[in-house]
Amino acid sequence: MSGLLKGLQGVGKFLKLLLTSSMGRVGIVIFAIFAFIAIFAPYLHTVDPIKFGLPGNQLLPPNTEFWFGTDRLGRDIWSQTLYGTRVALIVGFTAAATTVSIGTLVGLIAGYFGGKLEEVLMRIVDFFLMLPYLPLMIVLAAILGPSIWNIVLVISITYWPFTARVIRSQVLSIKERTFVEASRSVGASDRLLIFSEIMPNVVPLMFAEAVLMVTWAIYAEAVLSFLGLGDPTTVSWGWIVNRAFNSGVIRDFLWWVIPPITCIAATILAFTFLGTAVSDIMKPGYREARGL
Amino acid sequence: MALKGFAGFVIGKISAAVLTIFAIVCFNFVLFRLVPGDPARLLFGDPRAGPKRIAEMRELFGLTGSLWEQFVAYLRQLFLHGDLGFSFVHRVPVMEVIVDKVPQTILLIVTGLIIAVVLGTMLGAIAGWKTGTKFDSIIITVSLGFYSIPAFITGIILMMIFSFGLGLFPIGGMTTMGSAYTGWAYVGDVAWHMALPAGAIVIWYIGEYVILTRSAMQDVLGQDYITLARAKGIKESAILRRHALRNAILPVVTITGINLAFAVAGVIEAETVFRWPGVGRLLYESVMSRDYPVLQGLFLIFAVAIVLANLGVDLIYGYIDPRIKVGGGQ
Repeated sequence: MSGLLKGLQGVGKFLKLLLTSSMGRVGIVIFAIFAFIAIFAPYLHTVDPIKFGLPGNQLLPPNTEFWFGTDRLGRDIWSQTLYGTRVALIVGFTAAATTVSIGTLVGLIAGYFGGKLEEVLMRIVDFFLMLPYLPLMIVLAAILGPSIWNIVLVISITYWPFTARVIRSQVLSIKERTFVEASRSVGASDRLLIFSEIMPNVVPLMFAEAVLMVTWAIYAEAVLSFLGLGDPTTVSWGWIVNRAFNSGVIRDFLWWVIPPITCIAATILAFTFLGTAVSDIMKPGYREARGL
Repeated sequence: MALKGFAGFVIGKISAAVLTIFAIVCFNFVLFRLVPGDPARLLFGDPRAGPKRIAEMRELFGLTGSLWEQFVAYLRQLFLHGDLGFSFVHRVPVMEVIVDKVPQTILLIVTGLIIAVVLGTMLGAIAGWKTGTKFDSIIITVSLGFYSIPAFITGIILMMIFSFGLGLFPIGGMTTMGSAYTGWAYVGDVAWHMALPAGAIVIWYIGEYVILTRSAMQDVLGQDYITLARAKGIKESAILRRHALRNAILPVVTITGINLAFAVAGVIEAETVFRWPGVGRLLYESVMSRDYPVLQGLFLIFAVAIVLANLGVDLIYGYIDPRIKVGGGQ
């Protein structure tokens, strides 16, 4: 698995470069804060985010016991916000992993084999790219039913063609290079060529795609939950906004909606900044320009 | 391609669009039959419905016979009668429900798009002109933020500031409840209600135009004719207006059609937040009431609208760009 090792080293180098850009640094810091919250949520002054509160605890403003106040059913909004971090990051990373895997596989196969197979695959890709992504996700989520894993599935179905197209065009240029020709001429199999020779060269691109897909997945989960298509038993930020917004009383209880929308905006911004930094790094001439 | 030149190009683009639309129609049919369980029960929405009622519903929603017969019936209804089925919530044909909401959405999307394109290209051009300055880095960071934050979040923030906080704009709807304005008073009332949803949409779109114009501007500024114009001693402001901006704008305007999927997402979110009576709000309400025939119809309408918009942009671009006219085909 020397190919994989080479790829991992590439990622390591990448992360180091990321810290040289200010957007990269801001993105990493915000991400680190949310990752900390997600991991240590149970130890950060939280209670069960979905259990109804005691009578008299409904719609309390922020206080020493309920740091972000309580919702209409007396539930602690601080706990909901912290546990929502877990959902955002789990959905973001799982969906990004499946999306990039499917997209990369299709892109590798289409780019490497070419011919009829490529044509058929790329027709499917182009068709999916033409569909309006939010209505597609809404319809799929409505049909499949509300669960967090269905949301991951919906995101993967909708976004994989974006990755497939990017990877394929990269593969097209890589497969013409001499080292691939050399391996082929000594009788390397297709599978070996694809996974050991070509794939390590698309790993940086896969990483960039993964950052983008985490951003889009967090967005998608938030929107779908806000529209009431999320998992009703799992507290996510979009879920909190949906509950607050449909309560009809949000005008007088703004603390209910401010934490989740701040978190959604902050995570999406962090990953957008990271994505921008990553795509800057991938431009040729980046290191020279910064004297690295 | 048999036909050469622009005619061949047009025919090629149109037939590709027709094929895509047909594929979307088929996809839409399959999509709503992937539903686990009996689609008739799902379409009807009431689990306590008796067998006789279900049988009637099957008839009404075209769920009788084999899958192939259903497919043929679906195509015939759609293409011969423009029939998208029957909404069991609204108790009228789906087409009527949707057509009723289209003008409001077009009003909102076009208003938002025009403001975003005009403001975005102006700001982007200035940022590109002043690349590397403090102004440029502020503009680009803010644009990235605007571009990435979901429209429903922006909408809620606008609502908190301008409706709840300052009391300047209504929290939703399209006209004041119980009002009977006519003429300009009506226009004014609608504009007042549209300010915030349109604002959310402008913020959602504008970042992309700023970023694109900025990079197009940077490309243009590196061209020889700009250097030549400078060498001739033409004033900087004249170079910006007459040479740089004009050449930078074309590629930016053409992406408007291509990114309609992005625009559609913004409109759905803004309409939902501000209860704007368009197709986006209808989509949300149909999800809530599980009105599957309307959902199916809306998905088709959105997808076809995007194909047609892309076709329009392709044809205009082909008409403008001389390389396509002469070369034909690609």
